[in-house]
Amino acid sequence: MLIAIGSLTLLGALLGAVLGVAARYLRVEGNPIEAEVEALLPGSQCGQCGFAGCKPAAAALVKGEAPPTLCPPGGRAVAMAIAEKLGVSVSFGDQEELEPEVAFVNEDLCIGCTRCLKECSTDAIVGAAKQIHTVIAEVCHACGKCAKVCPTDCIEMRAVPATLATWHWKKPRVKVAS
Amino acid sequence: MKLFRIRGGIHPEYRKEMTAGKAIEPLPMPALLHLPLQQHIGAPAVPVVAAGDRVRKGQLLARARGEISAPVHASTSGRIVDILPFAAPHPSGLAQPTILLEPDGLDEWTDLPPPLDPFSVPREEIARRVAECGVVGMGGGTFPSAVKLDLGRKFPIDVLVINGAECEPYLTCDDRLMRECTAEVVDGVRIMARALGVERIVIAIEKNKPEALAAMAAESAAFAEVEVVPLPTRYPMGSERHLVTALTGRETPARKLTADIGVVVHNIATARAVHHAVRLGRPLISRVVTVSGRAVREQKNLDVRLGTLVSQLIEHCGGLVEPPVHYLSGGPMMGQAMPGREVPVVKGTSGILALTAAEAHERDTMPCIRCGSCVTACPCGLVPVEMAQMIRHEKLDAAARIGLLDCLNCGSCAYVCPAHIPLVQYFNYGKGRLAALQRDRRKQEMTKRLAEQRAERVERLDRERKAKMAAAKKAAAEKQEGGA
Amino acid sequence: MISTHDISGPYAHQKTSIRRTMALVMVALLPATLFDLWVFGWPAINLLVLTLAASVAAEAGCLSLAGKRLPLFLGDGSVVLTGWLLAMSLPPWAPWWIAVLGGVVAVVLGKHVFGGLGQNVFNPAMVGRVALLISFPLPMTMYVAPRPLFGAGSPGFVEGLSITFGGWDYDALSAASTLGHVKTELARGVALDQAMGGTDLMALVMGTVPGSMGETSAALLLLGGLFLIARRVISWHIPVSMLGALFALATLMHWVDPARFPGGFYHLVTGAAVLGAFFIATDLVTSPVTPPGQLVYGAGIGILTYVIRTWAGFPEGIAFAVLLMNAMTPLIDRWVRPRVYGRTLRGEPLQPRRKA
Ligand code: SF4
Ligand code: SF4
Ligand code: SF4
Ligand code: SF4
Repeated sequence: MLIAIGSLTLLGALLGAVLGVAARYLRVEGNPIEAEVEALLPGSQCGQCGFAGCKPAAAALVKGEAPPTLCPPGGRAVAMAIAEKLGVSVSFGDQEELEPEVAFVNEDLCIGCTRCLKECSTDAIVGAAKQIHTVIAEVCHACGKCAKVCPTDCIEMRAVPATLATWHWKKPRVKVAS
Repeated sequence: MKLFRIRGGIHPEYRKEMTAGKAIEPLPMPALLHLPLQQHIGAPAVPVVAAGDRVRKGQLLARARGEISAPVHASTSGRIVDILPFAAPHPSGLAQPTILLEPDGLDEWTDLPPPLDPFSVPREEIARRVAECGVVGMGGGTFPSAVKLDLGRKFPIDVLVINGAECEPYLTCDDRLMRECTAEVVDGVRIMARALGVERIVIAIEKNKPEALAAMAAESAAFAEVEVVPLPTRYPMGSERHLVTALTGRETPARKLTADIGVVVHNIATARAVHHAVRLGRPLISRVVTVSGRAVREQKNLDVRLGTLVSQLIEHCGGLVEPPVHYLSGGPMMGQAMPGREVPVVKGTSGILALTAAEAHERDTMPCIRCGSCVTACPCGLVPVEMAQMIRHEKLDAAARIGLLDCLNCGSCAYVCPAHIPLVQYFNYGKGRLAALQRDRRKQEMTKRLAEQRAERVERLDRERKAKMAAAKKAAAEKQEGGA
Repeated sequence: MISTHDISGPYAHQKTSIRRTMALVMVALLPATLFDLWVFGWPAINLLVLTLAASVAAEAGCLSLAGKRLPLFLGDGSVVLTGWLLAMSLPPWAPWWIAVLGGVVAVVLGKHVFGGLGQNVFNPAMVGRVALLISFPLPMTMYVAPRPLFGAGSPGFVEGLSITFGGWDYDALSAASTLGHVKTELARGVALDQAMGGTDLMALVMGTVPGSMGETSAALLLLGGLFLIARRVISWHIPVSMLGALFALATLMHWVDPARFPGGFYHLVTGAAVLGAFFIATDLVTSPVTPPGQLVYGAGIGILTYVIRTWAGFPEGIAFAVLLMNAMTPLIDRWVRPRVYGRTLRGEPLQPRRKA
């Protein structure tokens, strides 16, 4: 009995000490974390998250006012990086919203106005005045800004099609509740 | 020869008796051949023919692109009908660019490159010929063989292992090749050893193929450097790394190649293809395929032209006796499900299986009872139950830390699990998801870089414009002053 | 045809199932159980039936509360095994309410509170036994001397019912189990050879001594255990390390002071050592999954059992030892893993080693 009490007390004391030391070493100064989170975001200032740009979005994230999955162009990679940085958990579940997309120019409707080209934050659109514009899929990160400014609504966002190289098995659906 | 112990493994029901006694028979010429541009690991081949072209048997249809790639040749003479997307023999059922070749029935050879004498030409010459003939690993790995034959230049290789384990249930095509084409196989093996510059060859065959063992031993008795070794019958004996460990005691470090420990492994059918390429100049245009499974009326070993549709193989085997639950390419353990019968036979198709529900023995998933059978069965020393649990909760990084990427997908764990948990599917999903995340991350990095570049440019242009405006203003002001 | 698109390989599976695994364990338990039922007569049979019925009823209740498919989950056999093992750990002439209470506690508190099959941390049968032992020490330690069925002194069917449902005269009939007897005598200061005076080790092996049902027939239980190992339902790691640790520690202490500590063999054949080693400690759900982890776990149980038997207030310590080590299982699983192929024990890739 005495041994038990003694060892538990010792354990408690030890854990307390560890926590104390950890708290001292891991303390964060000021709020550089906001800048760090902003650095993780794509930086295209597209506003799809509902904030004016990536900076306010980062501020909201740090305050816990927005979920790590807020940024559609960032997709899963950004969501996971943010979650890790903020030490929160992120669940995608069956959420398909974060599946990657690309912009696609319907060439029958494009009038070559170059507005999308000027808007694109990653220079993913090639074209010149009065010529049909095209999106380079590898560079487009689906911020959707081009689609917003297009006067003929010829740009749409499409899911990136799977190829043999990117296809992978789905998570098993467990048939019996465990 | 003393064998070394490897951990884990299982004794599945082999069901090889259905085809082990069936001699290889040729499949009649099909009406149309579908030759995918990618039948190997690496970059897809680039077509060098166009619709309407007439080609002869063995003619180059698509050339290799880059270092890790393989060309595609015409399996017979005929006319190119089209190049279009066609369903790949892959579980996704996605289409991939495929050359459609309509045979003319003449089956007339093109002008083949001259035969080589492998023991007098320079070593590199052999690898070059093997590359030119489009030979890839025919056990299912489909890695371009020439690249593996060239490893002797980068690594000090001292043993060539020929994998005749054929540990997958049902498959008997290598068994038949060893029995019926013994001389060709052994010659191919010796050519490969010459290309690699190794002095020692081990041909490893599981003991459940006594005829093949006897035939190969008799044929290679004349060659002192060749040793035929009987292996215990255990799955996955034919896993490259485990085979090497069992034979040499050397363990391949994680994320390295067997070449790093001085061993290169090739497959039986590949050896024969190398023989054909070097001695006869023939490209890889056909292969032996085991057609089996209880849903097929008559199980057979067939010599099939690449590009033949699976439905034609099954038809030749008398059709189906009952609708199968799965069509598989390869064995039941590591083979791939196919989206149906209308997919072509490719270089890596070692077997076509049509399995009945009774054979597959799939059951409802129950909760894990932590029995540890999966741990005992895993040849890699992993803890499948824990990895699957982590993946189920999307803790992919944690799963990777305890070895998800070391898993070789052998399926031993899922085979023994009494709760019928789809362990391997969890691992497939986890690996695929990790790779997708990796891609996402790379893309994000690029996006950030580009966005920053643009922001900078916009800012610079802005500054320049302002500066220009200021200058213009200043100039105007000066002018005014001057005028006053 | 099932769509192949959503099921990955392997496309062949062993003809195995949870039900089959549990059935094999029951087969292994059968000889010892039949023997014990014969030795202790009708009251023991009543007890087994009641415990099983209570456990199954409790399981059915919990399953339907949780909305799970009854036939599928009841059919897996895990609850029958739980009830069975619990009954084996009870005094054979225990009253009916011990059986019912034990069965319900084992299934509800030991299993379903954690989420049902596969989710429980503690061995349900041992949860039931320990709960009973702590709450009702008296009826849980009243053993009878063996009186084989149909022999002289064995109660008939009706008499058996009245014992199970009405109770029996503890003073007249009770007999201490060997562990209990030796422990009491030692505590009174009697020297070991005297305390063990009447103890016939052979009778202990065969099982014709007072004790819980499953505590008595070491030989038949061993046989069943070997069968389980042969059929690969359990691995040898836990039984060997547990009995090994128990034996080694007992032998060591006996060597230190032969007058106070009984030897290793005595510890192996008395109490529930064999039942515990092959059937209770090896409970799949609550033991570690990796072979090295199982060695650690088994040794832990062996040592704790010895410590409890020798120095704590209870004559038998297996149930407590198992529960304590159950609590350690997640930790053991976390820290003790097999070496991954191509890596060192610590998970670093091996250095390429080339032979000339
Ligand atoms: S959605 Fe993402 S990229 Fe767009 S403004 Fe918000 S944080 Fe920035
Ligand atoms: S192409 Fe459109 S959606 Fe894609 S990055 Fe540019 S502006 Fe955004
Ligand atoms: S074999 Fe299946 S039931 Fe057993 S521990 Fe592994 S996953 Fe769980
Ligand atoms: S599939 Fe992976 S985890 Fe399962 S037994 Fe094979 S190597 Fe081990």
